[in-house]
Amino acid sequence: MTDAVTRSKRTPLYECHLRAGGRIVPFSGWEMPVQYTGIIDEHMHTREKTGLFDICHMGEFILKGAGAEKDLEHLFSRKVGDMLPGKCRYGFLLNDKGTIIDDIIVFKVSPEEFMLVVNAGTIDKDAEWIKKNISESTVFADISESTAKLDLQGPLSADVLKKCIDPAVVEGLKRFSFTDVSIDGVKVILSRTGYTGELGYELFFSPEFASKLWDKLLVFPEVKPVGLGARDTLRLEEGYSLYGSDIDEDHTPVEAGLSKFVSMEKDFIGRAALKEQEASGVSRVLTGFICEGRRSARSHFRVMDGSRDAGEVTSGAFSPCLKKGIGLCYIDKGLAVENREISLMDGKVQIEAKVKSLPIYEH
Amino acid sequence: MIPGELKYTKEHEWVRMEENEVVIGITDHAQSQLGDITFVELPDAGKDVKQSDSLATVESVKAASDIYAPLSGKVTEVNTSLQDTPEMINQSPYGDGWVCRVDVGDKTELDGLMDAAAYEEFIKGTSS
Repeated sequence: MTDAVTRSKRTPLYECHLRAGGRIVPFSGWEMPVQYTGIIDEHMHTREKTGLFDICHMGEFILKGAGAEKDLEHLFSRKVGDMLPGKCRYGFLLNDKGTIIDDIIVFKVSPEEFMLVVNAGTIDKDAEWIKKNISESTVFADISESTAKLDLQGPLSADVLKKCIDPAVVEGLKRFSFTDVSIDGVKVILSRTGYTGELGYELFFSPEFASKLWDKLLVFPEVKPVGLGARDTLRLEEGYSLYGSDIDEDHTPVEAGLSKFVSMEKDFIGRAALKEQEASGVSRVLTGFICEGRRSARSHFRVMDGSRDAGEVTSGAFSPCLKKGIGLCYIDKGLAVENREISLMDGKVQIEAKVKSLPIYEH
Repeated sequence: MIPGELKYTKEHEWVRMEENEVVIGITDHAQSQLGDITFVELPDAGKDVKQSDSLATVESVKAASDIYAPLSGKVTEVNTSLQDTPEMINQSPYGDGWVCRVDVGDKTELDGLMDAAAYEEFIKGTSS
């Protein structure tokens, strides 16, 4: 590999993180803050007040042109034709086998223009796949480098935004909707979306204003910076899948229990494979679990039903809200029953746990 | 921040000599690197341990790490309060967050451990 491939990238907020006491770790080719004051503290702050996350590493694409909608209908697991402009939809890019290339959010600007928000580690792969599968008239642009993203998440996030923009705009913004706003003269696409299970918003804007908006939002006493560590525990309590851990090109949305984000009544890449899988049935499915104590299973622990191997853990961590180990695992379908007792093991540790449907943390 | 009277290992354990016994814990640097500690698996009292064997396990929110025996000997007492309040290691790594006491067999093993100055240099070398 060359230096250009191995050198980590920094977001425009790198210096802000150092100033805020952030501990920097490598993540998907980026140097990102894993925590500031501590994962548990930041997690609880997001559940109780509001957290601010630097998500500049994630990717954004634009698809434009008269055929953009038709192309996306073919590429994306859910319908886009029936979306109103200003709406967002979560779904998948699938390959011919029906397994997951990426989980993304589609923003419909108009029938001829869409923004796609994709994972950081899959930007190049997704771009290649999309370019290969769109018509010549559709213009594809990777705007990741010229797009900064901040997530403002937590029960007080709307109140904070109301101090920054017209409160009526905040009130009117429904879940999975977006709108253009201006914060202190900075043009921002504001969406009511997130990855924490809390009321929350995502802000997309030009990177030159990243530290300006970061500093502005942190002036509010109810807002604290939150790192990727708590982002992971927050999403795990909800049971949201993480691409590369819980979902990947070895699993389909059917196995991942995410069929509701697939519209089988339309045609798209991967549909035939999913249809076949639905007919034949899947042997393992993704489900949540709660450990009996504070110790958590970690990814790659085996799931045991007595002495029989019955699956694999894909995510595991300590849940700050439940004060127990929690996680996600692929498990033999017959065992995916609420409260079913299972053992989670690696070479030296055995942890007793119970199956939990999602969300893992009910609130 | 690094107590002068203790001895240290490259795996970031500390040792305090008390008569024939030593008290063992992990350093402030170690707890800070681990982040919030959520679970500690303690050895059984009476267990014989050899230097560098796994002695205990500490888990943080995201990962599990071993604590290695700085010296050979017999575990005489463990800090059971860590079972309910593992965060004590974060709050007081050299005090209430101690892990266990060991009756030392071979005291010459102590000579292989670092003093505070050497440990400080060691940390500087590993965290650049």
